[in-house]
Amino acid sequence: MAEVIMPKMGDAMTEGRVLRWLKQPGDAVARGEPIAEIETDKVNIEIEAEWDGTLAKIVVSEGETAEVGATIALIARPGEAPREEAVEIAPPAKPEEGPEEGAVRASPLARRLARERGLSLRAIEGTGPGGRITRSDVEAAGEDTARQPETAVRAPRGKAVDQPLSRMRQTIARRMTESKQQAPHFYLTVSIVMDAALELRDRLNADLADEERVSVNDLVVRASALALAAHPQINASLEGSSVRLHGDVNISVAVALPEGLIVPTLYGCDRKPLLQIARESRALVERARGGRLKPEDLTGGTFTVSNLGMYDVETFIAILNPPQAAILAVGAAAQRAVVRGGEIVAGAVMQATLSADHRVTDGAQAAAFLRDVKRLLENPIWLVAERGGDG
Amino acid sequence: MAEISYRDAIRTTLIEEMDRDPSVVLMGEDIGLYQGTFRITADLLERFGRQRVIDTPISELGFVGAAIGMAMLGLRPVVEVMTWNFSLLALDQIVNNAAKVRYFSGGQVDVPLVIRGPNGAGVQLSAQHSQSLEALYAHFPGLRVVAPATPAEATGLLRTAIRGKDPVIYLENAALYSMKGEVPESDHTIPFGSAEVVRRGSDLTVVAYSRMVHLALDAARRLADEGVEAEVISLRSLRPLDERTIVESAARTHRAVVVQEQWRPYGAAAEIAAVIAEGAFDLLDAPVARVTGADVPMPYARNLELLALPTSDAVVEAARGVLYRK
Amino acid sequence: MAKRAARKAGRGAREAPGAASLRETQPDLDSALHWYRKMVTARLFEEEAERAFRRGRIGGYLHVYSGQEAVAAGFLAEMREDDIFFTSYRDHAHALFRGSSLGETMAELFGRVDGLARGKGGSMHLFDVSRGFYGGYAIVGGHIPLAVGAAYALRYKGGDQVCLCFLGDGAMNSGAFHESLNMAGLWGAAGACPLVVIVENNLYAMGTPLEGSSAVTDIPARLSSYAIECRQVDGMDFLAVRQAASRLITEARDSGRPVAAEARTYRFSGHGAADVFQPYRSKEEVSDARRRDPISVLEDRLREAGLLDDSGIEAIRREAEEAVAKAAQFAEESAPPPPQELHRHVYGEGV
Repeated sequence: MAEVIMPKMGDAMTEGRVLRWLKQPGDAVARGEPIAEIETDKVNIEIEAEWDGTLAKIVVSEGETAEVGATIALIARPGEAPREEAVEIAPPAKPEEGPEEGAVRASPLARRLARERGLSLRAIEGTGPGGRITRSDVEAAGEDTARQPETAVRAPRGKAVDQPLSRMRQTIARRMTESKQQAPHFYLTVSIVMDAALELRDRLNADLADEERVSVNDLVVRASALALAAHPQINASLEGSSVRLHGDVNISVAVALPEGLIVPTLYGCDRKPLLQIARESRALVERARGGRLKPEDLTGGTFTVSNLGMYDVETFIAILNPPQAAILAVGAAAQRAVVRGGEIVAGAVMQATLSADHRVTDGAQAAAFLRDVKRLLENPIWLVAERGGDG
Repeated sequence: MAEISYRDAIRTTLIEEMDRDPSVVLMGEDIGLYQGTFRITADLLERFGRQRVIDTPISELGFVGAAIGMAMLGLRPVVEVMTWNFSLLALDQIVNNAAKVRYFSGGQVDVPLVIRGPNGAGVQLSAQHSQSLEALYAHFPGLRVVAPATPAEATGLLRTAIRGKDPVIYLENAALYSMKGEVPESDHTIPFGSAEVVRRGSDLTVVAYSRMVHLALDAARRLADEGVEAEVISLRSLRPLDERTIVESAARTHRAVVVQEQWRPYGAAAEIAAVIAEGAFDLLDAPVARVTGADVPMPYARNLELLALPTSDAVVEAARGVLYRK
Repeated sequence: MAKRAARKAGRGAREAPGAASLRETQPDLDSALHWYRKMVTARLFEEEAERAFRRGRIGGYLHVYSGQEAVAAGFLAEMREDDIFFTSYRDHAHALFRGSSLGETMAELFGRVDGLARGKGGSMHLFDVSRGFYGGYAIVGGHIPLAVGAAYALRYKGGDQVCLCFLGDGAMNSGAFHESLNMAGLWGAAGACPLVVIVENNLYAMGTPLEGSSAVTDIPARLSSYAIECRQVDGMDFLAVRQAASRLITEARDSGRPVAAEARTYRFSGHGAADVFQPYRSKEEVSDARRRDPISVLEDRLREAGLLDDSGIEAIRREAEEAVAKAAQFAEESAPPPPQELHRHVYGEGV
């Protein structure tokens, strides 16, 4: 009998909720076939069967929460009896109710309501002092069990509607607050003349199929990746009392979803050709919009690029995505007067603002990095060139 | 219903009880010739004579002890302490004799004694004359402790106190003496151990007594402007404590603020918070909050004194706190 | 120091102005025999109590009255049935003299339900309100204000009863003594405080001699501050005490004024059962004092009057021994208070 476990899908993930079972006990399942949809604090994802066989038992039913690593279902391998009675279920590593539950900060009333409604306190984000879960948190969580409506709630004219924070919003709220409170941010802005880069993009896209087209953002990601490889102090994070310099350049790309912002990761961007970055980026965004991100999509980022150029935003300042030491906020490439060869001419100017964590790096280091990003984008041949020996 | 002041409520009740029962006598410093520091006993010497309105020397230990002896012999003395601060001089008599003699005699005597006077801060009376001693007295088994907030409460509690069998610590408040309010006519009594919900509300419970009830009500009016409906309980009696009313309310509103003028450590609010925690634990959505006086001897300077006293602002703040509002 | 104290102990006997001759007290001799019996019984009761304490039957503190019997006996002999009294924690003999049952008194010491206070007061808090005994109190001086107020109440209610207040010399330095006797003096001026204060001067405030605890050792002088006349009396001589008591009680009853007596006496046992070594006084001092044992003093008077001989003494002794043994037996067999007694009598019932 094979166990289907609640997979860990992010560094901070401690538990997930089963939204929907795609298979029922008795159904045949094939390895790689989606069997359930899971909700975490970041995404909804499908989990796949790791074995061929028959779904023997559902341990965690829809709407229930399980800790990472807990058994949520059992698959009878070929030859095993799929009967429920034959199944011996190992108790979950940490029971729902128990000392661990006691460690959650929750008001007595919240505990009681959660118990009555069959909700796990671990699945509820506390909004009280020190993260205490209060009655309103439990009530909001109860309403949350149904999926968030796709369309934005509108308040009736002249009235306000209190909309409980979704889990994703709660996570964003918590992480962004932590970041802004704990990391001393500093900001550097450069103007980058993008005419050459845009020309490169257009020339590439002229020969590419629609699904392979390169975006400005891909150029920015590639430029950032190359610059990061040369500036390890920016490709870093604060880990306790030390700075971790990452061996890989994994760039998180901010994706706006109706429910909130998500930042899936493109791995090894310094070693991937631009076209591969473009391909992977497109796939990643599609998975994110479809709620089908894989666990690894959400971890491992070492730097973030956030781009609001498509909304014609010219410049903005981003909050660090912890524990990363820097984030680049990219605006639209707009036609501006630029001086070229002593003359004022029209040019596509894009502003990029780097937010950096002063605990990890300083202004000069960040400026050097940003200057390299600017140079790479203004002289974009290097974004597509292959450097010898550059693995 | 007649509208009279808190002072007249006490005085009138004394007169009525003295008319009704010749075993009621009054004792205290300057209650006769001087007519009472706060004029509670004005004209009573003339009315009832020296035997029943007894001016005492400045000997709290002596006259409180003598009153206990009188009570054991069947009189119903009502002793005025000029302020409760002076009762500390009589503490041994109150604690070791009044509170316990029934018990260690195996129930052979009653002690129908009332000790009354103003408790708590006045205006710039400084450290030795501004204390709130309710928790001290409410600590001792054998004593009953009451703290009226209105003329009606003053009347009803005093009548019950005088007619009872036990020593009663009757805590007045000088700031309330001139406060007017309606008092039910004819023989109005309030049983001990019965609190009154003086304002209904569903969002939180504010428990108070004596002058603090008025702070609580003021805070409740302001909270109502924010859309918060506070329930306000006037305890009236601290010992016995009406635990049922308190717990029932807190269980319904899920949040409680307790207001006391006295110092925070080991105060009445601590006891009430514990009662709520014991009785309504599973129904609380926030820890019980306490609004108290500052933990310092009372300073003289008016600005510092005001800082040392609870305010309705502080009650509003505490209410927002238990509601998790900013 | 020891000799000086011993001399002082005898001084009361020599100087007592009220020292009664046999002739003067002749009419009371019959009842003196009765009080002799009671004093012997009280003495044996105290000795039994000390044994029971050593056996662990009596807990807490135990203050016995041996040596001072003539004082309480003399005053209580003169009390009217409706008079009342208060005393301190050395209170066993007072209860017995007033007629409380030996068995119930011993049961209280044993902490049993048949005790005078249902086992809830113990040795220091004997009470028998039905006999006018308003209690033994354990805070030195703390009962004096109660007695003052009680005296006021007696007169307020219109009767002519008096209130007696026994206290030790050590209590005279407590604030309660001064505050309340000042009030007694004030009220007495209006005839409203029929109080008899009996200072049982056994020369020691616990282990501190009188002159070590009182700046003024002249007790009548101290009482005169409060307009209370105080007579000195030989506290080892029952007849003398009784004579003084008769006068004082009558005076208080008639005038409504407080009066006082200083009865010079001596405590044969330690302050309490734990006062084993008594470092503050010598064995000689105690044995000297025992030569004027109040029981012997009365015995001699009764022999002189032909009311008592050896066989009579022996018979009284045997009778008392039997009564005390029966009391101890009663106490032993009495049940401890049931658990529901714990919460009874904290407050008046039916309120």
